[in-house]
Amino acid sequence: MALNSWGLRPNAPAAQEIVRRDRQAELPQVEGTLLPFGNGRSYGDSCLNSGGTLLLTRGCDRFIDFAPIDETRARLVCDAGVLLAEIIELFLPRGWFLPVTPGTRFVTVGGAIANDVHGKNHHRAGSFGNHVRRFELLRSDGSRRICSATENANWFAATVGGLGLTGLITWAEIELRRVGSDALDVSNTRFEGLDEFWAINAAAEAQHEYAVAWIDCLARRPRGIFMAGDHVGGDGTAEPAASQARRALKAPFTPPFSPLNALTLRAFNTAYYHRPLPARARSPLLPYFYPLDGILEWNRLYGRRGFYQYQCVVPKGAEAAIDEMLAAISTSGQGSLLAVLKTFGAPEAHTPPGLLSFPLAGATLALDFPDRDEETEALFARLDAIVAAAGGRLYPAKDARMPRSLFRAGYAKVEEFARFVDPKFSSNFWRRVID
Amino acid sequence: MQKILVIGATSAIAEATCRRWAARGDALFLVARDAARLEAIAADLSVRGAAAVGSFAMDATDFAAHAAMFAAAQAALGRIDVALIAHGTLPEQKACEASVEETLAAIEVNGTSVIALATRIGAQLEAQNSGVLAVIGSVAGDRGRASNYVYGAAKGMVDIFMQGMRHRLAKSGAQALIIKPGFVDTPMTASFSKGALWAKPDDIARGIVKAVDQRRDQVYLPGFWRFIMLVIRHIPQAIFKKTSL
Ligand SMILES: Cc1cc2nc3c(=O)[nH]c(=O)nc-3n(C[C@H](O)[C@H](O)[C@H](O)COP(=O)(O)OP(=O)(O)OC[C@H]3O[C@@H](n4cnc5c(N)ncnc54)[C@H](O)[C@@H]3O)c2cc1C
Ligand SMILES: NC(=O)c1ccc[n+]([C@@H]2O[C@H](COP(=O)([O-])OP(=O)(O)OC[C@H]3O[C@@H](n4cnc5c(N)ncnc54)[C@H](OP(=O)(O)O)[C@@H]3O)[C@@H](O)[C@H]2O)c1
Repeated sequence: MALNSWGLRPNAPAAQEIVRRDRQAELPQVEGTLLPFGNGRSYGDSCLNSGGTLLLTRGCDRFIDFAPIDETRARLVCDAGVLLAEIIELFLPRGWFLPVTPGTRFVTVGGAIANDVHGKNHHRAGSFGNHVRRFELLRSDGSRRICSATENANWFAATVGGLGLTGLITWAEIELRRVGSDALDVSNTRFEGLDEFWAINAAAEAQHEYAVAWIDCLARRPRGIFMAGDHVGGDGTAEPAASQARRALKAPFTPPFSPLNALTLRAFNTAYYHRPLPARARSPLLPYFYPLDGILEWNRLYGRRGFYQYQCVVPKGAEAAIDEMLAAISTSGQGSLLAVLKTFGAPEAHTPPGLLSFPLAGATLALDFPDRDEETEALFARLDAIVAAAGGRLYPAKDARMPRSLFRAGYAKVEEFARFVDPKFSSNFWRRVID
Repeated sequence: MQKILVIGATSAIAEATCRRWAARGDALFLVARDAARLEAIAADLSVRGAAAVGSFAMDATDFAAHAAMFAAAQAALGRIDVALIAHGTLPEQKACEASVEETLAAIEVNGTSVIALATRIGAQLEAQNSGVLAVIGSVAGDRGRASNYVYGAAKGMVDIFMQGMRHRLAKSGAQALIIKPGFVDTPMTASFSKGALWAKPDDIARGIVKAVDQRRDQVYLPGFWRFIMLVIRHIPQAIFKKTSL
C-alpha cells in the first residue's frame, strides 16, 4: 500500500514500508534513506520518502507508565506510535487531558513531537514540545539516547520540531493535565474587519485558555467568528469521550474532481458565518477540539489531485501582513472552508523548544486551497512575498511547495539543525528545501 | 473482575484481546517466549487498567516447562476464569512438503503443544467447575486444502480435541470454545497482499471477548466466515480437486 500524506497530492511511493512493532527493535539495514511515518496527518511531503524506506510507527502503540505528579499534572510514558486519540480515550475518563493538542486527535506522539505541534492555547501553554519531558532517540548507527531539557539537551532541541530527520523517537514521556470534566464553556463572537479581531483576541487571550478564529477569507472585508473556550470545572455533565467519538462519518469516496469550487466555497462560508450561533454554550470536548475528526477522510473531498494547505506565522508587530494576505486571497477568488487565524506568544516558561519549532510570537494564518495550477502558484508566490517581507515563516507540517529561500529565511537555525540530521535519514521535504 | 491466563500473549490477536480485558479491569497472566516483548505488553496492559498482570516466558513446545508455567499462573491468579491459547505459526506449505521435520514441527507448535496445554487447563477448569477454555483454531482447520493442509491439519486436530473437551466439560460448569478466524492482518500474514476479506486484530479481539462472555461453543471471526466455510466444506470432492484453494 503506497502511503500518502493528508494533502493527497500525487507522490512517488516509498521503495519500502516497514512496520515497526517493538520499541526495542533495531533499525533495518537498507539501501537508501529512512524516514519515520506516524499517522500521515502532515499535509505536505515532510512525512514522505519517495524511493526510500518509511518506518511505520503505528505498530508501536504501547503505553509504558503513568503516574500523577501532583494534583494538576501527570506523566505518561508511551511508544511514539500511540495516537493522541488513544491517550484521550484512556485518560479523559480518568480526568486527564493533553496540555496541548492540534486540531486533529489522529496524530501520533512521535509526529506531534517531530512537528512540535501547537493548539488553540499557545498563548498559555506553548507548543507540544514544551510538555515533553524525555524521549529516546534511536539513530541509524544503532545508538540510543535519552533526550530531555537537561540530558542530551542539544539532541532534544534538534529532535523537537526536527521533522523526523534526527532519528527515530521510540518512546516519549509527556505531561498530561487535570481537567474537571470533558466539557468546555465556549463563547462565539462574530467580527468584521481585522481591527475587531485584534481587539477581541487581546481581551480573550487574557481571559481564556483557548482562543482561535475562523475566517471567511472570500468575503470582501475579512470577517469571521472568534471562538474562545475553557475547560469546565468538576461537574462532569458532558458525555464520555467514547460515545462522543462514535459519531464519526466517512467521506464515502474520492470524487474525480473537487466539489469544492469557488461558488460552493463562497456560499458555504456565507452560510457558515451567518449560521445561528449561541454566544455562549457548553460543548463536549471532542467536537470542540476536533471538529473535522467527525468526518473521517474529509481530505478526499478535494478530489484526486489533492490540495494544499498554507500556514504561515508573522511576527508580532507585522500583523499588517495578515490584512495584506487576506486581501490577496479574496481578490484571487481562491480560498478555503478552513481558514484559521490565531495569535502565538507563549509565556517565558514555554519558549519554543525546538531549533525548527514553527510557532513564533505573532499571528498565524492557515488556509487550504484546491490545486488550480498556475493560478494557485501565483497566489502562493504573492503570499510568500508578504510572509518573507514580514519576517515570517511557513509551517513544514503543512507544506508541499515552499521555496528553499523562504525556508532558509524563516528558520535561522537550520544550519545548526543540519548537524543533527542522521546521515541515513531524509524526506521529500528535506531534499526539496536543502539539496 | 475475571482472572485470565493467556498463552501466546505476544500474538497480535491475543494482545488486542488482552487490551480489551485490561480496559475492563481484569487480572491477566501472560505467557510467551519473547521475554522483552512480554514485559512491554504487561506494562501496557497495566496502564490500560488491568487489575494485575503477571508473566512467564516459555516456548510452547517446551513441554517440560508447562507444569511450572501452570503452577505459576495458578499461584498468581488463584481461580482461572478464562484461559486463551493463541500461539501459532503459519508454516511454509512447500517447505513442509519437502521436509518431514518441518511438517512435524508445524504440527507440534499448532497442534500437539496446544493440546498439551489444553489438557492441563481443561482438568483444572473441570475441577473448579467453572471457567472458559478458549483456543484459537482457524478456518484452515475446516477442510484440507493443497495450499496449507499441514497447518490446517494441526488446527483441525485442535478443533476435534476441543469438541471432545466441550462434550466432557458439559457435565461441569466449565466451557470449551474454539475460535476460527479468517484472514487477519498480523505479523503472521505480513507477507500476504491484503484484500477486502482481511480483518484487523482488534476486530477479532472484539469477537473473542464477546464469545467468551456468551460462553459460546464455536465462533467464526468475522462472522461471515461461517457461511464461506459452510460452502467450502460442502463442495463435493470431485469438484474441490479441480479448484486451486
Ligand atoms: C485536520 C488537521 C488539523 C491539524 N491541526 C493542527 C494544529 O492545530 N496544529 C498543528 O501544529 N498541526 C496541526 N495539524 C498537523 C499535524 O498535527 C501534524 O502534521 C502532525 O505532526 C501529524 O502527526 P502524524 O503522527 O500524522 O505524523 P506524520 O504526518 O506521519 O509525520 C510527521 C513528521 O513526524 C515525523 N515522525 C513521525 N513519527 C516519528 C517518530 N517516532 N520519530 C521521529 N519522527 C517521527 C515524520 O518523519 C514526519 O516528519 C493538523 C492536521 C490535520 C490533518
Ligand atoms: N493471522 C491470521 O490470518 C490467522 C488466521 C486464523 C488463525 N490465526 C491464528 O491466530 C493465532 C494468533 O496469531 P496472530 O495472527 O496473532 O499472529 P502473530 O501475531 O504472528 O502471533 C503468533 C504468536 O505465536 C507465538 N509463537 C509461535 N511459536 C511459538 C512457540 N513455539 N512458543 C510460544 N509462542 C509461539 C509467536 O511468538 P513470537 O512472537 O515469539 O514468535 C506469536 O506471539 C494463531 O494461533 C494463528 O494460527 C491467525
